[in-house]
Amino acid sequence: MSKRFLALIAVLVAGLVLAACGGGGASAAFECTDEIGCVEVAAGAPIRIASALVISGPNADLGLDSQHGVEIAIEFKGDVLGHPVELQAEDDGCSAEGGQTAGQKIVSDPSIVAIIGTSCSGAGVPLAQIASDAGYAVVSPSNTAPSLTDPAQAWKPGYLRTAHNDKVQGAAMADYAYNTLGLTTAAAIHDGDPYTEGLANAFREAFEAEGGTIVAFTAVNVGDTDMRPVLTSIAASAGGAPGFLFFPVFTAECAHLATQALEVAGLENTVRGAADGCFSAAAAEAIGSAAAGMYFSGPDLAFAGDTYADFTAAYQANFGSAPLSVFHAHAFDATNMVFACIEEVAKQGDGGALLIGRQDLRDCLYATSGFAGITGSLTCNEYGDCADPKIAVYEIQNGDYVAIWP
Amino acid sequence: MRDRLRNLDWIDLFLWIVRAAIVAVILVGTVKTILNNPYTLRNWEDFIIFGIAQGSMYALIAIGYTLVYGVLQMINFAHGEFFMSGIFASTSAVAIPLARAGYLASHPIPSLLLIALCSILISISISLLTERIAYRPLRHAPRLMPLITAIGASFFWQYYFRGLFGSQVIPFPDIPQLEGTVPFLHTQVLKSHVLVIFVTLVVLVGLNFFITSTRPGKAIRAVAENKDVAALMGINVNRTISLTFATGAAMAGVAGMLYALVFHQVHFFMGFIPGIKAFTAAVLGGIGSIPGAAVGGLFLGLFESLGPSLFLQSLGIPAFNQLKDVIAFTMLVLVLIFRPQGIVGERLKEKKA
Repeated sequence: MSKRFLALIAVLVAGLVLAACGGGGASAAFECTDEIGCVEVAAGAPIRIASALVISGPNADLGLDSQHGVEIAIEFKGDVLGHPVELQAEDDGCSAEGGQTAGQKIVSDPSIVAIIGTSCSGAGVPLAQIASDAGYAVVSPSNTAPSLTDPAQAWKPGYLRTAHNDKVQGAAMADYAYNTLGLTTAAAIHDGDPYTEGLANAFREAFEAEGGTIVAFTAVNVGDTDMRPVLTSIAASAGGAPGFLFFPVFTAECAHLATQALEVAGLENTVRGAADGCFSAAAAEAIGSAAAGMYFSGPDLAFAGDTYADFTAAYQANFGSAPLSVFHAHAFDATNMVFACIEEVAKQGDGGALLIGRQDLRDCLYATSGFAGITGSLTCNEYGDCADPKIAVYEIQNGDYVAIWP
Repeated sequence: MRDRLRNLDWIDLFLWIVRAAIVAVILVGTVKTILNNPYTLRNWEDFIIFGIAQGSMYALIAIGYTLVYGVLQMINFAHGEFFMSGIFASTSAVAIPLARAGYLASHPIPSLLLIALCSILISISISLLTERIAYRPLRHAPRLMPLITAIGASFFWQYYFRGLFGSQVIPFPDIPQLEGTVPFLHTQVLKSHVLVIFVTLVVLVGLNFFITSTRPGKAIRAVAENKDVAALMGINVNRTISLTFATGAAMAGVAGMLYALVFHQVHFFMGFIPGIKAFTAAVLGGIGSIPGAAVGGLFLGLFESLGPSLFLQSLGIPAFNQLKDVIAFTMLVLVLIFRPQGIVGERLKEKKA
C-alpha cells in the first residue's frame, strides 16, 4: 500500500516538473524579469484589482461614491487584454487602523495587481507604506494631504493620486475668503488627521500670503461632540473674533461645528467654511438648516467632455442616485490609468495568459503624461501627484451643493 | 518619619514627582490665566454652563454604571449601548416619521414626550435582555467573565443597531420651539441647555426618592448591601437586579433624548465615548454611590469645558482644546490619588473591595 502511494506521489511530482518545464519551454520570453516580481494571470482568469475606500460609518458616502466610480470604470472598459476585471472592495475605515487592516489584507493576496485607495489620507499613510513594501502600486482617488506626495514625509514608492494636493485647495479657499468675501481675519480647526491638519495648514499659509491674519489655529478630537468651548475660545481670540472660520474636518465633527458655531456668542458675524471631507449627501443632511451662509471647497465637478455625462447616466442607472460625493470621477480616472498601464506593460503568453511586472507597472504609472480623464489632463510627477487640480467653492441650496466660484 | 522615608522606594518617589508636576502645571496655568485674563465674564459663564449641560448628561449615564456596580460589583461596559440604542432607534423609527408628518412642529411637547418614552422603553428592553441572556448565567462565575461578556455585549448591540438603522449619521429633527436663548446673568443660555439641566435635576430628585423611599428602591439597597440576607428577608434578588438594570437604562434613555436635542445627530457608535466618559464620572464621584455619579458627572463636564482654557491656554500649548480628554483623565488620576474612594464615595468594606 505504502509503496503504491509513494509511486503515485512520484508520478504526480514528475508530472508537475514536466508541466513546469513544458510551460517554460513553450515560450521563452514569457517569464518574469521584473525586479520586484510579477502577477501572473492565467488564460481566461480575471485581472484582480483591489479598492480600499471608506464604505462604512459616517463617511461612507465619500468612499462608496469613489467605489462606484471604480465599478463604472470597470463596466465601461469591459475586458483588459481579453481578461475580465474583478474588483475586491475593502474598507479603509477612514482611520489609520482601517488603512492598516485593508492594506495587510490586500497584500496577502498576490493575485491583486493594483490598489485604488484610500479615501482618507489618515488611512493612506499606513496603506501606502504596506503596499509600497509589498511591491504594489496604489492610486488614490481622494487622498489630498500634502504629506502623502512629499518624499520627506509620507510618500512611498508606488504611491500616486488623481485627487488634488491640498496645497491647491487651501490656497483656493484662502483666495475665496480674502479676495471674494473680503475677510481679513480667519481661524482654522483641524482634528489631527493628516488630511485635516494638512489642509488647515495649507489654508493658513495661503491666507497669510494673501495678507490676512490667522487669529486662531486649533484642533478638536475625532468623536468630540461638544464644540462650544473651543468655539468660545476662538471667539475670544486675542486678535478678535475671526471673519472666516475654516474647519476642514469630516462629516460628524463638521456638522457639530457648523451648527454649534451659530450658537456661540461672538461668532455671529463669522462666515463658516468646510472642505471636501464634509461634502456628501449625508453631510448636507447632518448640517441641515445650519448650512445657510456656509461655504464648502471641493474639486470642481463642472468637467468638460462627454464622458462625464455618460458616467453620471451610468451612475444613476446602476446605483439609483446622483453621485453621493465628489471623488467618483477621480476614481474613474485612477482606474483607467491603471488599465492603460496594464495594457502597456503586460507580457502576453500563449492562450492569453498575462505577466504583469510590478515595477514596470509603477514606472508606467509615474510616466503618465497628458492622460485624458474626466477630471482633465493627468500628468504625474515623480512623487505621484497626477491631478489636473481645479477647485470650486460651493454652498448648499435645498440640500444640494451648488458651485458658486470661480 | 525617618522610617517612612527609608521605606520610600524610587517608584514612589517618581510617582510623587509626577503628582507634584501635575499640580504645579495646573496651578501655574490657572494663575497665569487669571492674571492676563483673555476672556470676559460672559465667556467664563458660558464655559460653566456648557460644562454643566455636558456634565448633566454624563451624570445621567453614570447612574447606570454606579447602580449596577453597587448591586453586582460589576462594570457594565455595555451601558453606553443602552444609551445609544434608545435614542438611535427612536430617532429613526419615531422622531423622523413624526417630523415628516409635521406633527413634531405642530405639537412639540407630546411628540417629545413620545420620543423620550420610546427611547426609555427601548433602553430598558435592551438592558433587561442583556442582563437575562448575557449576565445572569454568569452571576457566580469569576468576576472577569461578566466584564468580558459586557464588552462583547457592547459590540453586539452596536452592530445589531447598525444593521437595523445603518451606519450613517442620522440628523435628529430640529425643534423650532427649542431654538434660541434665554438671558441669564451676563449671558444667553441655549434653551436646549436649560431643558437638559432642568430635566436632569427633576430626574435625579425623582431617582433619589425612588431609591430612598419606595419599596423597590429599598429592595435595591438591601440587595446591594447583602444579597443572601436580602433573599432571607423575602426579597426576590433576581427581579431586583433586573430592576436595577432597568433603572439605570431608563436614566440612559433620558440622557439619549437630551443628547439628541443638544447635538442634533445620532449614529450607531455614539454610545462609546459617552459611555467611557460616564464610567470615568462614576469612578470620579465614587463608584457605587448615586450622589457620587451625579457629582462626578458634573465635575467631568466642567473640567472638559473649563480645563483647556483655564489650565493650558496661558502656558502657550498649541491646539490646547484637543487636550480636554487628557485634562479630564488627569483629574481622575489626581482625585483617585488623593481620595481613592472618589469625591463622595465611601471606603468599601472588605467584602466588596
